[in-house]
Order: sequence, then structure tokens, then C-alpha cells
Amino acid sequence: MMFAQLLPPLLRGAEITAQITLASTLLGALFAFAAGIGKLSRHRALRWPAVGYIEVFRGTSLLVQLFWLFFALPIIGISLSPLSAGILGLSLNIGAYGAEVVRGALQATARGQREAARALNFTPRQTLWRILLPQALPEMMPPFGNLAVQNLKDSALVSLITLADLTYQAQNLRNITLQTVPILTATLLLYFAMALVLTAAMRWLERRVRYAAGHER
Amino acid sequence: MLFGYHWNLTSDWAFALSILPMLLKGLVVTVEATVLGYLLALTLGLLLALLRMAPSRLVAWPTAFIIEFLRDTPLLVQLYFLYFVLPLYGINLPAFLTGTLALGLQYSAYTSEVYRAGIKAVPKGQWEAALALDLTPLRTYRDIIVPQAIPRILPALGNYLVSIIKDTPILSAVTVLEMLDVAKMVGDRTFRYMVPLTMVGVLFLLLTLLTATALRRLERRLPQRGIPLR
Amino acid sequence: MNPAVRFRQVTKRFGDLTVLEQFDFEVAQGEIVTLIGASGSGKSTVLRILMTLEELQDGEVEIEGEPLWHERKGGRTVAASEQHLRRMRKKVGMVFQQFNLFPHMSVLRNITEAPIHVLQLPRAEAETRARELLRLVGLEEKADAFPEQLSGGQQQRVAIARALAMRPRVLLFDEPTSALDPEMVGEVLNVIRQVAGEHELTMILVTHEMNFAREISDRVCFFDQGRILEQGPPEQIFTAPREERTREFLRTVLPDSGRT
Repeated sequence: MMFAQLLPPLLRGAEITAQITLASTLLGALFAFAAGIGKLSRHRALRWPAVGYIEVFRGTSLLVQLFWLFFALPIIGISLSPLSAGILGLSLNIGAYGAEVVRGALQATARGQREAARALNFTPRQTLWRILLPQALPEMMPPFGNLAVQNLKDSALVSLITLADLTYQAQNLRNITLQTVPILTATLLLYFAMALVLTAAMRWLERRVRYAAGHER
Repeated sequence: MLFGYHWNLTSDWAFALSILPMLLKGLVVTVEATVLGYLLALTLGLLLALLRMAPSRLVAWPTAFIIEFLRDTPLLVQLYFLYFVLPLYGINLPAFLTGTLALGLQYSAYTSEVYRAGIKAVPKGQWEAALALDLTPLRTYRDIIVPQAIPRILPALGNYLVSIIKDTPILSAVTVLEMLDVAKMVGDRTFRYMVPLTMVGVLFLLLTLLTATALRRLERRLPQRGIPLR
Repeated sequence: MNPAVRFRQVTKRFGDLTVLEQFDFEVAQGEIVTLIGASGSGKSTVLRILMTLEELQDGEVEIEGEPLWHERKGGRTVAASEQHLRRMRKKVGMVFQQFNLFPHMSVLRNITEAPIHVLQLPRAEAETRARELLRLVGLEEKADAFPEQLSGGQQQRVAIARALAMRPRVLLFDEPTSALDPEMVGEVLNVIRQVAGEHELTMILVTHEMNFAREISDRVCFFDQGRILEQGPPEQIFTAPREERTREFLRTVLPDSGRT
């Protein structure tokens, strides 16, 4: 009986958590590729900003980053809604970690592949897109899977900038009902379930990527 | 005013300078929580790894589940759980200890995987050789396996020290006055968030860079092969 | 007529190690030259400089009379731009010891990818040509296979077809059979032999297959410590080497032909 009343608000929060995780993981992948590729560029104008971004966001705390986006930015006139600040903070953070994955996988491609591409006179850009990335992408997928779960867990921090995610709803509900144990247990289980689903989804995606990379035309 | 210090709002630089002592006070708490949480993670992680590798499935499987559960749920929610649920069972810990306990618990799941991977990476032939020499399981572990696993384990454990530093601000959610919480408090009272929050970011950057550099130095001094244990 | 390839006073160092020093070397158009010598003597470096996989410290390389590493701009000689290198690279192709086929592409696409995207050939034309080349190397039926499904010898034959598809003027072979199991060496050498017979190509080979070198080459160059110690027609090098070091080298690689 108790659970039946507690569950709907928690599920509403879980939905927000899922949306934020999905959005920030996708946006984070974009940052990851841009910075990971940028870090390997021959041009300083691309390499240095990429290195700076990666170092700053991997070197500081996510919560500090979220607070900075949410509390500090409005002072210089840039006001982000909790949702934008949350998604932006999460994706910038996870993107910096993802960038190292992208860079590592690209660097791990065999040297002979670059040399063959050069001998066939591909431009550096063609070499990246046609030769190196298709080979590196499948190697990136397992660490990307870990990062996606990491991102799901990290998303709990957006509750601290007043975003009504699962953790926020749990805290709220706890304050109202004082049903601490069932609420927090259900919350942990919901996160666990979402992590399992996310892991399974990333495995599926990995298989798809491996298939596409090996048999694309 | 905070911790007996006053802030100076005449300029950004004066403000920054005046709140630095407060932030450094918070930094001390950050470092304390990190060290304590890390030590807990190293110890608990070893315990979890040993249970996970226990010959009996009755022990190994539930341990595997616990590790997975700790790894897959947010530190913040685990922290809330400990902070709000433990007192219901009569365990009243100061917020700081609850916080380090949460850090230690979450990270023990990670370190246990490091220990396990390190031990599993010791070639099978070593176990077989130990068996052929009729060594007891205890001797096999102590004299053969662990010394060879250590060089693989230590660098990975080091990385988690850096991660744990970055996770300490989460403790502010249960009123632990670490660096971020101090900065937030300054911001709440002066309505100037940019300076304190940026300073906290820089201090964290310094802290993680220093730690990472120290770890890399240490790593280079580590033997690449087995470490003999006395 | 300009020589196909000319090295003038080329110096190449890797850190403290000098691999080539004031190195001079010429290959005439249509000539087939084999470079032999101990490993580390600089043979592969010559090919890799020609393919622009290695830069040089001093000197100049010309391909068909045109400088490779420099270009003339407004009456002055300046370091080659990427555009210049790309234009020059079109004249050269290379077959690698490790084949270096693209593992994520079918055999056909390995061959057509560069003609389509670098030479801008229409796909249909590139594919027709690729199938002709596959016929030449005897792998017509493998067009849709992936590299991992082929033997080493087959992969190297595809790599040769891939290099030919770019219609190079100079084709470089960097130890094309060294990574192969012994039973596959023959099929690859056959293909090279056939290419030499059917195409108006300048070819420079680095190989340890001495009998093959003797049979196919117009000229053999013996490398020793970054210089060409001795060169000449294969008959002369293999039957009457003038230098003691050459004799010594041939004795170690051809135990039964050292006595002449």
C-alpha cells in the first residue's frame, strides 16, 4: 500500500533522470569526439583548447562544475535553467573523459594503417574518417558503456541544483512522508535497474557498431 | 564572516584573497575525507575481492551482487541512505564519518575489481607450479601470487585516489563543510558566486594535478616485476 | 629523359643514428632495381622517404625531375607544402611488408576507396578497374571477402592490386614476402613478376629473396651502412661481386651460391 503511493513520484523522477542521462550522454559523445580528435590535431589552435578542456573538466569535481554553471554564470549575465545547466555540466564532464577514450582508441590503431592511407594519398581528414575512426569506434564502445553508467550515477548530482530528478524526488518525498527506508531503498533499486538496462543497451550498440564497422559498404 | 574570517568586497582580487583562508579550511576537510575514505576503500575492497573469489558460490555470488550494486548506484543516494537510515537503527555518526563511510563503500567496489583483476592476471602456470610444489593455499597467495599481482594493482589503485578527491564535494549534501560547501556558503551570503566557485575549481585542479603527478613519480619507482614480501 | 627517381646528397637521421649520409641514388624510368643488404642498412628508409613516410634532414629527392621535398615559389625554393606532397605522392605507390589492408573494408573497397575519393574516379569505373586488377592478381572471386578471411599471400596480392589502382609511375615494394609463410612466397613473387611484365612501371624492391632479385632486376644495389657499396647487373653482383662485404653478405643469405 505504502509502495503504491510512493512509487509514482519516484517514477516521475526516474523519467527525468533517464532523459537527462540520455541527453547528456549524447551531447557528451559529441564533446568527446571533438576534443579527442582535436587533441591529436597537428594544429595548435585545435589542440590546445582540446587539451585545456579535457584537463580542466577531468581535473575538477563535477559538482563544482555544476555549481559554477548554475550559480556563477548568471552573475556574468548567462542564466541557465536547472535543466540546461544540468545537461551541459554532465555532458561537458563525461565528454572530457570520453575524449581520452577517443584519443586512446585512435592512437591505438596500427601505424601501418596510417602509412597505407598516406601511400594511397588520402588527405588527413579522409584518413581520419574513412580509415582510422571506423577501426577505432568498436574499440571505444566498451569504455563508452562504462562512461554511460557513470553518467547515469553522476546525474544524481543535478538534484543539488534543484532539478527534479529521481534523487530530488526521493529527498522531497522523504521530507514529506518520513518513510526513509522504503523510499531510499526503492531509489537505489531504480538506479540499479536503470544501470542494468543502460549496460544492456550499450552492449547492443557495441554489437551494432562492430557489425557496421566490419561490413559497411 | 565565516570561521572568524571576514571577507573584503572592495574588488574581486581582494575578495578572493580574503576568502582564501576559509577555502583552505575547507580544503583540509576535503583532504581528510579523501584520505580516510581511500583507506577504507582499500581495506574493504580487499575484503570484497577475497570474498568474491571465495571457492564457495554461496559466498562469491552474493558478494558479486553487492559489488555490482555499489558500482551501479549513485554515491549521493548511497550517502543519503547511510545518513538517514543508520540513525534509525541507533547508529549516530557525525556527518563527516558518514560521508567517508559512503566514499569508502562506493570505492571499495572499484578497488575490489582492481585487486581481483590483478590477481587473475598472474599466469595460470604460477598457480600450477605452486600446486606442484605442494604449497599451502596461504603460502601460494603470500609468496607467489600477491607479490606478482602488486605491480599491476598499485597503478590502478592510484587512479581511484584522484577520483575520490573529485567526489568529496558530494559530502556537502549532508552538511560536511568541505571546500565546495564553504564556497557555496560564502556565495549565499555575499551573492557573489563567481569568485569562490572559480577558486574552488582551481584548487581542485591543483590538488588533482599534484596528486596525479606524485602518483606517476611513485609509479616509476615501482618495480615492474614481482615485489618480494617479507 | 629525367630519371624516375634521383637522390642527391640525402642525409637521414633517427635521433643520433645516421641511416643515410650524403646518399646518391638514381633509377631510370622503367627500370627495376632491387636493394639488398643486411637489415638496418638503410634500404627500407630509401623507400619510405620516397613515399614521404619519413622526412629527410638534408639533400633532395627528385621524382621524374621534380623535387619531392621542396617546391619553387616565386623564384625561391621553399619546403614542400602538403599540396605539393600530395601531387608528388600520386606518382608513387607502395606495397608494405605487413600488407596494411584496411580490415574494415571488403577487398573490392580496399582497392576502390582511394581511386574514388582521392582520384575522384566514378565508382563504376573504379570498380571495373578494380576487378581487372583482381583478375591480374588472381583473386577475382575474392572481391567481396574481408582481409581477415584471406591468407597472407592473398592479402599481399590484394595490396599489390590496391597500389596499382592508383596508377603510380613508381612502385615500391618493402620486403613484400618477409611476413609470409614460406608456402605463400611463390604466389606473391609470381604476381610481382607479372606486374613487371605487363606494366610500364619503374619498380624499386627491397627483398631478401635473392633468386627472385636475380631473375627480375635490371640492377641490384648492395647496401652497407647507409651507402650503396656495390651495384650492377644481377649476374655480376651475384656471380662476381667485387667487394668482400658483398661476398660475405651473399654467403650468409645464399649458402650454396657463395662458391662461384
